[in-house]
Amino acid sequence: MLRYTLRRLLGAIPTLFLVIVLAFLLVHAAPGGPFDDERALPPEIEANIAAAYHLDEPLPAQFLRYLGGVLKGDFGPSYSYRDYSVSELIGRSFPVSVQLGVLAMLLATVVGVSVGIIAALRKNSALDKIVMGLAMTGISIPVFVIAPVLVLLFAVKLQWLPASWTGSEGATRFLLPVISLALPQIAYVARLARASLIEVLSSDFIRTARAQGLGTAAIVRYHALKPAMLPVLSYMGPAVAAVLTGSVVVEEIFGIPGLGQLFVRGSLNRDYTLVLGVVIFYAALIVLLNLVVDLLYGAIDPRIRRR
Amino acid sequence: MKTTRLLPAILATLAGVAVMLAGCGKRDTGIDALGDTPVLNRALSTEPESLDPQKSRSVQAADVLRDIGEGLVSYDAGGAMVPATAESWEISADGLTYTFRIRADARWSNGDPVTAADFVFGMQRLVDPATAAFYAAELGNVVNAADIVAGKREPAELGVTAPDDGTLVISLVRPTPYLLSLLTHPSTFPVHRGSVAQHGDAFARAGNLVSNGAYVLADWEPGAIIELRRNENYWNDAETSMDVVRHHVVTQEMAEFNRYRAGELHVTSTVPPENFDQIRAEYPDELHVAPTLGVYYYGFNMTRAPFADNPELRQALSMAIDREVLVEAITGRGEAPAYSWVPPGVDNYDPVQLPYAELSQQERNAIAQSLYRKAGYSKDNPLRFELRYNTSDTQQRIALAVQAMWRNVLGAQAQTVNVEFQVLLDQMREREITQVFRSSWFGDYNDANTFLAIMQGDSAANMPGYSNPEYDELMRSAGEQLDLDRRRLYLEEAERVLLADHVVIPLYFYVSKHLVKPEVEGWQDNILNYHYSQHLSLGAAEEDARP
Repeated sequence: MLRYTLRRLLGAIPTLFLVIVLAFLLVHAAPGGPFDDERALPPEIEANIAAAYHLDEPLPAQFLRYLGGVLKGDFGPSYSYRDYSVSELIGRSFPVSVQLGVLAMLLATVVGVSVGIIAALRKNSALDKIVMGLAMTGISIPVFVIAPVLVLLFAVKLQWLPASWTGSEGATRFLLPVISLALPQIAYVARLARASLIEVLSSDFIRTARAQGLGTAAIVRYHALKPAMLPVLSYMGPAVAAVLTGSVVVEEIFGIPGLGQLFVRGSLNRDYTLVLGVVIFYAALIVLLNLVVDLLYGAIDPRIRRR
Repeated sequence: MKTTRLLPAILATLAGVAVMLAGCGKRDTGIDALGDTPVLNRALSTEPESLDPQKSRSVQAADVLRDIGEGLVSYDAGGAMVPATAESWEISADGLTYTFRIRADARWSNGDPVTAADFVFGMQRLVDPATAAFYAAELGNVVNAADIVAGKREPAELGVTAPDDGTLVISLVRPTPYLLSLLTHPSTFPVHRGSVAQHGDAFARAGNLVSNGAYVLADWEPGAIIELRRNENYWNDAETSMDVVRHHVVTQEMAEFNRYRAGELHVTSTVPPENFDQIRAEYPDELHVAPTLGVYYYGFNMTRAPFADNPELRQALSMAIDREVLVEAITGRGEAPAYSWVPPGVDNYDPVQLPYAELSQQERNAIAQSLYRKAGYSKDNPLRFELRYNTSDTQQRIALAVQAMWRNVLGAQAQTVNVEFQVLLDQMREREITQVFRSSWFGDYNDANTFLAIMQGDSAANMPGYSNPEYDELMRSAGEQLDLDRRRLYLEEAERVLLADHVVIPLYFYVSKHLVKPEVEGWQDNILNYHYSQHLSLGAAEEDARP
């Protein structure tokens, strides 16, 4: 197990290196530079700024300088936040994104799995159709529609909840963003759980359990649920990554100082170091999450562990 | 069977992580625990890139810096210039030497006196190449400034000196009637030398920043909020009403409008264009629309065919655009149609009108058609070119309308191309593939020079690549005039030359748009669109911004 983990971690190094190279080339290939503006600068001032940020060096030299920094854990200074370093910005915004993502995943899993089980047990009933119809709608409506509608309803009309992150200091500021983020995931998890549970319930070992006289509740709880949750679990890894990286829209709408907002701002401003820093961080995160899911998978399914 | 409980265990762990992080989410924010202290909640449409007065660049950074810092001179709520940290000044007869008296009671937020040397330090810092300041050219007319920026002289040689703590002398190489205007800009603000020595580059952070304005920086959560607290050591603190001011970063116009409606903001930075009519109907007393120093224009690439050396063709395209339709039907937020390059309302100046401004649109169209034919184009041989603009709803609607006008009036075939803003900037500067492009210019200070200077041959912001020795000579002469009226004549003549060359098509002048809650007192619309928090207060209709 330990050797496996170590091997996977070492295997991630070339992947990350490739990500750094590609990301570096891509951001520098994008037209325009970090300090372009309609109020274009006189050449001597532009030269001073380029020199201050080493942008006047040839690209390979810039790359080596950057790589050297990354190896030391220094992602360089941000161009669009001149008072902060990239590491510092990521350090400040990541906890916010994690809070949001974790709460959203929690909500999505609990609600999604429950709904999925209910629907599976009442397969093809009116309840099943209604619930799955709602789930379909949930998947189809994009976040940038859901979030403003929630804001209009709960913040503007009813005035129950804050419309933004800075509109309140209390925990209520989490509610609307978390629900907006979780809704599509709830729908997806519910569909997965339902389909998987239905499949498991029709398999031979369940029929055997039934033949032995076990009640539905006991069958679901002790025999069907665990195998049925495997697809849900394997979806959790990508889903956590998707929620963490895909919270951009929600962060923009609610003004949440998370990683997604940082990434958008970095890209629009050609803040090379900020974009690179966030990309590398995301890449490392996804590699790590995939590893965690694989390890959990082994823990839950002995067949995989044995291999 | 211990793995049975794996899923609940995972969920429990996640919940634990969330709770743990929720605890540290409250870290160093000074935002909590304000109790009943009234707070003024304002919006910033983008986040300041820095609150270092010399390193910052954006309008939004300047908005915050005007709250926390103060220059030699400043503006009152209505936009009239008033003495600030300097209580008075004298200008020498040749207009080359300005002598300022610094207030004896001017204090930094830590209680230290603000001295002339602090201003010298700030201005030397501005031109020092090591600072890499965007506004380093702001003091271009000060003795030795250009050489220092170019690295040919030491910052200490700048023509700004402090004979004693209360006297600041600025020496110029040519008269600069708008110097006082420049000195209201945050890039010329003083800097507290002690905190730069102590904190280096981090001196402008919350907790480190020592400022000399009405407020001090209490907290800055990047991406979310900047919180300011009253500076009790400010010389004019008695006039400050609000103890706490929060600048919320709100990038989306619709989200901003929702926050305003939800009672989270007292003042917005703009209003969403798609809801403008609704807002005008529902909030007639809260909507403030005022002219500003900004022009929206289409520029020609003056270095390449078909528009280089073809003034008549350029004029035809300029005349065929019905600006009244644009501002009424397309932009529709109170913008004024533009027939000059310099916006109306600039101090000491009367903008020159395009020669055809007096004609009706029908008459303009007729002339445009004949100019178009004279340039060798016709229905069978239409002019084909690209109109480039940066991706945005408003830009697109304007481009499509103008495209239709060119097609209907002239039969010209403009192809609209939208690219990301940074890409457009790049293309405009390279002048390789641009033909007609969208751009805009906002005055840095209240003087015609800020608009006219950018069209000089050697200006970096001269996007069309316009180069006319006559124009440059007029601008040079204007720069030497001591007499404001004579200077104005030169500037006006320069604008006349620029307009006659049809280098740019001014389309409309920008307006500022704010929603201001009824309980906000002291708000005055002004052409600079500067609204210092120190002039604002919350009245009887006690604020309902939820804590």
